[in-house]
Amino acid sequence: MIRKISIDPVTRLEGHGKIEIFLDGNGAVQDTFFQIPELRGFERFVVGRPIEELPRIVTRICGVCPASHHLAGAKAVDGCFGNEVAPLAHKLRDMYYHAHYIHSHIAHFYALAAPDFVLGPTSDPATRNVLGVVAKVGLKIGGAVIAARGKAQEIQRIIGGRNTQDIWCLPGGVAKGLKPEELAQIRPWVDELYDFVQFSLKLFKDVVLGNPAYVDIILNGPYKLDVHSMGLVDENNAPNFYRGKVRVVDFEGKEICKYSPNEYAQHVAEHVEPWSYLKFPYLRKRGWKGFTEGIDSSLYCATPLARLNVADRMATPQAQERYEEMFSTLGGHPCRALLANHWARLVEMVQNAEMLKRYCQDPEITGDKVRVVPQKITGEGVGIVEAMRGTLTHHYTCDERGICTSANLIVGTTNNNAPIQMVTRKVASALIKPGVEPDQGILNMIEMGFRAFDPCYSCATHSLPGQMPLDVRVLRDGKVIHHFRRPA
Amino acid sequence: VADRKFQIAIYWGAACGGCDVSILDTNEFILDVDRLCDIRLWPIAADGKYKDIEALPEAALDVAIMNGAVRNSENEHIAKLLRRKSKILVAYGSCAYMGGIPGLANLVPREEIFERAYLNNPSLEPGNRTIPQAEASVNGYTLAIPKFYHRVYKLDQVVDVDYYVPGCPPQPDQCKAAILALVGALSGTSPAPPKGSVVGASDHALCQDCKRTRAEKKIRCFYRPWEIIPDPEKCLLEQGILCAGPATRSGCGVRCPSSGIPCRGCYGPLPNVVDQGAKLLSAVASVLDSKDAEEIARKMLPDVAGYANRYSVPASLLQRSHRR
Repeated sequence: MIRKISIDPVTRLEGHGKIEIFLDGNGAVQDTFFQIPELRGFERFVVGRPIEELPRIVTRICGVCPASHHLAGAKAVDGCFGNEVAPLAHKLRDMYYHAHYIHSHIAHFYALAAPDFVLGPTSDPATRNVLGVVAKVGLKIGGAVIAARGKAQEIQRIIGGRNTQDIWCLPGGVAKGLKPEELAQIRPWVDELYDFVQFSLKLFKDVVLGNPAYVDIILNGPYKLDVHSMGLVDENNAPNFYRGKVRVVDFEGKEICKYSPNEYAQHVAEHVEPWSYLKFPYLRKRGWKGFTEGIDSSLYCATPLARLNVADRMATPQAQERYEEMFSTLGGHPCRALLANHWARLVEMVQNAEMLKRYCQDPEITGDKVRVVPQKITGEGVGIVEAMRGTLTHHYTCDERGICTSANLIVGTTNNNAPIQMVTRKVASALIKPGVEPDQGILNMIEMGFRAFDPCYSCATHSLPGQMPLDVRVLRDGKVIHHFRRPA
Repeated sequence: VADRKFQIAIYWGAACGGCDVSILDTNEFILDVDRLCDIRLWPIAADGKYKDIEALPEAALDVAIMNGAVRNSENEHIAKLLRRKSKILVAYGSCAYMGGIPGLANLVPREEIFERAYLNNPSLEPGNRTIPQAEASVNGYTLAIPKFYHRVYKLDQVVDVDYYVPGCPPQPDQCKAAILALVGALSGTSPAPPKGSVVGASDHALCQDCKRTRAEKKIRCFYRPWEIIPDPEKCLLEQGILCAGPATRSGCGVRCPSSGIPCRGCYGPLPNVVDQGAKLLSAVASVLDSKDAEEIARKMLPDVAGYANRYSVPASLLQRSHRR
C-alpha cells in the first residue's frame, strides 16, 4: 500500500516547487521527488533580439538576484564584441555586485535562516518567521536589518542607476560612472554595512554556536551529502563573485577541474527527467550516474559553502580570519554539513563589506572612462558570475549584425537541483519512520535541507511573513487519511 | 484609520520575484502595511494557502494583489481563485498588466521553447530525448506538473481586473502610493479610483519628466546603444538612440534615461492608447527625416517588435507566433 505526502508548493524557483513523498505500507519512505513545475523559455525568446539588449532582458529570470543575470549577461555580450572593456568598468561592476550580495544575503539570513535557529526548528510555526525573530531579538535589531538591506539596495541604485532590474551594463563597460559626490554619499553606508555584518556574525555565534543542540544538528544531523563543490575563484584560489575561473573540488579537498568560462560545456552537462521542468547538471566527464553520492559521483553543489570549499583562502584579511574560524569549528576544510551554508553566507558578506570599503578608498573609482565603443563583433561569449545561489553561466552567440542567434543558461539554483533531490530524500527517510506520523516540525526539518541551499524558491521567505506555508496530505487508496497545514 | 484590519493577499504568477522585492523596498513602510492589514497570503501561495483561500467566503479578501503573467494552468487556476475571493483585484507590475518580458515568448512557438531547453543546446546530456511531461509515470508513481500553455496571457485576459499598477518593477514610492490609495478608498477617507484605473503612475509621457534637453530635431540615422557614447544632457532619441519615452507613461522616476540608457517602456502605454508599440512607431516616424519608405526601412532598427512591445506583446495587436 503506497501512501503519498505532498508538500505543495514548498516555495519557489521562478515559480513553485513541490515535494512528493511516497511511503510504503509500513509508513517508511519509499521515494521522494522534488518537482519544479515552471518554465518560461528565455533561451528561445531572446533569439532575434539585439545582443546588447539581453543583459536588460535576462534580469527578469529572477528579480531577487537580477544583478547576477545582468552581469553574467553583460560579460557574455562583452565576449560577443571581442572582450574590449574599459578596466574601470570591471571595478565598478565588481563594487556594485558586492552591494548586491549584501542585500541578498541579509534578506536570506534574517528572513529565512534565522527563524529556524533563533526560534528553533520545531518551534511554534505561527511565530517561526522573521517577525518572531524580531520579537525575540528586539525591534531595534529588526529596524537595523531593514535599514541595512535598504542601504545595500540604495548603493546599487546610486552606482548603477537602478537596483531591481538593472540596466547599467553595455558592451565595453557601463553606461554611467560614479561621481565623487555619489561616492561621498555611499561611503558612510558602506561603513555601516561593515559594522552590521560584524554584528550579524556575533549574533550567529551567540545564538547558534552558543547552543549545543544546534551545533549538533549542523554537524551530526542528516543534512550531509557526499557530493563535490563548485565555485568561481581568482588567481590565488580565493573566492571571486564577478570573474575568474570555475573550480570544482571533491569532498576530500582534491581539485577535480578548473575551467575558464568558455570551456563550460566541456565540464558541465544537464540531465533531463520527465517529471520536472528543471534540468539536473552534472560533471560531464564523469557522466550521469543518477542521484548518487560518493567520491566518484558526478554531482556537485554550488552554494556559499561550496564556494568556500573550493577556495584555498579568502581575498580579504577579516574574511580570512572568519573563514579559518569557521572551518576549524566545523572540523576542517572542506565541509559537507549543508547547514553550514548559513555561516558561509556570513563569511562571504565579510569579504563583500571589506571589498566595498576598499573600492571606496580607490582613487580611480570616480574616473570617467567607464566604457569603450567596441570596434568589432566577434559573435560568441560566455559570462560566468557567482550568483548568490550558485555558479551562473550565460552563453550567447550573435550574427555579424549583433543579433542574438542562440542562448544557453545554467542558472545558480539549477546546479543544486540533484543535491536538493537527494537531501530531501535523505532527511525524509531519516525523520519519517514507520509508526511516526510526520508533524509540522518534521516537515520543517525536511525543508531545512533545501533551505540551506537558499534555492530561489526560498524567495518566498525573503518577505516579512518569512514562512513557507505547507500543506501535507497522507493518502491511502486515493483517500486523505491525515491532513494538516501549517499557516503562513 | 479603520476599526478592522484589511484582509489582503499578494500572489505571483509567471514572474521573477522583482515585484515582491519592490514591495520589500518600501522598507519601514512594510511595518505600516503589517499594522493596517492582515496579510493572508504573501508573496507566494502554497497549496495549504490555496486551501485556506478556497475555504474563505466569496469576496472575503479586501484586496488581492497579483503580479506575474499567466503562463501555465496553475497560474490561471490561482488567478481565478483570487478573483472569486476578493473585492478588489490589482494587476501589479508589467507582467500582470501587459504580459511583461515573459510575454516575448508569444513571438515564438511553444514547441521551439521545449526544443531549445531540452533537445538542442550545448550543455545537454549527450543523446537526450526526454522532454518534461504534464503527467509522467516513474517507478509506478504518477507525477504531475502544470500544463505549459501555448501563449502568455496578461491578467485581464483571464479574469476581471479592478486596478493596474505598472512598472517592471513598480518603483517603491509608487507602490506605497498605490497601497495608500487603496487603503484610503477601503476606509472611506478618499474616493475610490474608477474601476480600470492605472494607479501609482502619471498620466503624461515619460519625456515630460525627463531632464534631457530636446531641440525638436529630426533624426536621419539610428544607433544601437553600444555604437555611440551619447551626450549626457541631450535627448537620447534625438541622438538616434531609440527610446520609448514618447509612448510610455511616466511614474518610474526616469531612472533609465537619467543613467544614459534608453527607455524600453515598462510603465506601459499612455492613457487611451491600445498598442504601445504602434504608438511608439508613430512617434518615431514623426521625427524621421525622410519620406522615402525604402530609406526608412533601411534605417529602421532590427527587431522592431522586441523594441516597441518589449513589455507588452500579449497586450498588443500582434498575435502569437504559430508553427506551420
